[in-house]
Amino acid sequence: MSVNETFSPTIVAFCCNWCSYAGADLSGTNRLQYPANVKIIRIPCSCRLNPMFILRAFQRGADGVILCGCHPGDCHYTTGNYYARRRMTLLFSMLDFLGIEEERTRVEWVSAAEGAKFAATMNEFVATITKLGPNRRLEDLRCRKE
Amino acid sequence: MQKRMIAKATELLNNGTVDRVLGWKTGEFFYDLTPAVFDSVSALEAKFVFNSFSGANLSKYLIAESRKPGKIAVFLKPCDSYSFTQLLKEHRILRENVYVIGVQCDGMCDIDKVRNIIGEGLLSVRKDGNHLIAETFDATKTIAKSDVLLERCAVCKSKKIVTYDELIGEQGDVCESDRFDEVARLEAMTPEERFEFWRNELSRCIRCNACRNVCPACSCEKCVFDNDNSGVKNKAAADSFEENMFHIIRAFHVASRCTDCGECSRVCPQHIPLHLLNRKFIKDINELYGPYMAGADLNTKPALMDYTKDDCEPSIVYERNGGAQ
Ligand code: SF4
Ligand code: SF4
Ligand code: SF4
Repeated sequence: MSVNETFSPTIVAFCCNWCSYAGADLSGTNRLQYPANVKIIRIPCSCRLNPMFILRAFQRGADGVILCGCHPGDCHYTTGNYYARRRMTLLFSMLDFLGIEEERTRVEWVSAAEGAKFAATMNEFVATITKLGPNRRLEDLRCRKE
Repeated sequence: MQKRMIAKATELLNNGTVDRVLGWKTGEFFYDLTPAVFDSVSALEAKFVFNSFSGANLSKYLIAESRKPGKIAVFLKPCDSYSFTQLLKEHRILRENVYVIGVQCDGMCDIDKVRNIIGEGLLSVRKDGNHLIAETFDATKTIAKSDVLLERCAVCKSKKIVTYDELIGEQGDVCESDRFDEVARLEAMTPEERFEFWRNELSRCIRCNACRNVCPACSCEKCVFDNDNSGVKNKAAADSFEENMFHIIRAFHVASRCTDCGECSRVCPQHIPLHLLNRKFIKDINELYGPYMAGADLNTKPALMDYTKDDCEPSIVYERNGGAQ
């Protein structure tokens, strides 16, 4: 796939309210830089992430989707992220099975204290997706903007 | 077999055990057998059919039928009994209103495969041991049944009837099956090849929803795809995204509840190998969370309704492919 020099990917980051969203906040208050093309969507718990939301994000123009939640064992609701972990594993495997680039989806556990990890994860994810190029295999042409 | 089944159903109707019988009758053509409810012995004698084309899985009909007044008898093949048991587990069927007659099965046939061998002008097909005898306008031909089995029967996972009140024929066992071979073949391809393969298959989908409507696991009272706001509006070939969305989400919704009954692939008018999607989930579940067979019993938790503290991370998908993230 050719890499567009000026390509700036759109990243959707689903962050759980209790850990990762607070982690994102912390990275902000600590003035840690992460790219502006990361759009954060707050969800009550990582297990709120319906697989359809991920596909929808790709449909509406995302080039990469990342889910951030509390570390396993630290879920505010005790077990939500354990369920999310299984769901995402199976979903990502299915996307891979359909030939959709495996790098485009990711799960990362980020606690409320890990502002630095949040920023580093986003920087790295944006770099990966920039290298990969725009999402073409799971896009909806009717939603393309350019 | 058909004779014994009619005799059994007649006996159950006559002695008052049941009020209705769920079975199959001939549809428009001799090979498109349709599920049907019989409420009298005369109706049974006139219409009841069981032959090599009784592929239709009757379990899903029991969600509605078991809620009607009175008791209903149903004939279940081994694979259907897995669907039935899975539905029991999900509390979708009222067990007390159903009388299950398990029937031994030696595989159901795919009329398209018969046609591919016989050609046009097919008038009738009847079974003779391991063979089918096909009558056409101008000839009588014999073919091996093993050449024309439905995909799911060719790789039959089990001859065991999981739930029953009585049996006609012999109880069987779980089979050695190579049903995951095709999934493994796809897994070995490059992502580009897989993407091409699936574009080629899924782009033929006409969104008739037959796969969803026939699927015992797809028995939601309100399906996401009937929601006008879903953004996937039952349009065929509107956009490749819609095709992907429909198939990924449908397969995901039934993951860990799908018994691999094969009905979705059987009814697809476009011959899309939907079983490969479901089996991919089943294979992953077996490999990542331990062997699990939906519908095999009433107690084991489906993989997606369960977890362990040391489950693998989603990054296993990349690691498995040899990539680092
Ligand atoms: S049965 Fe086949 S054509 Fe119809 S919606 Fe399902 S996959 Fe598409
Ligand atoms: S997805 Fe297909 S194989 Fe699985 S339960 Fe539904 S109809 Fe049967
Ligand atoms: S596709 Fe999903 S929502 Fe629709 S009937 Fe099947 S399981 Fe239910």
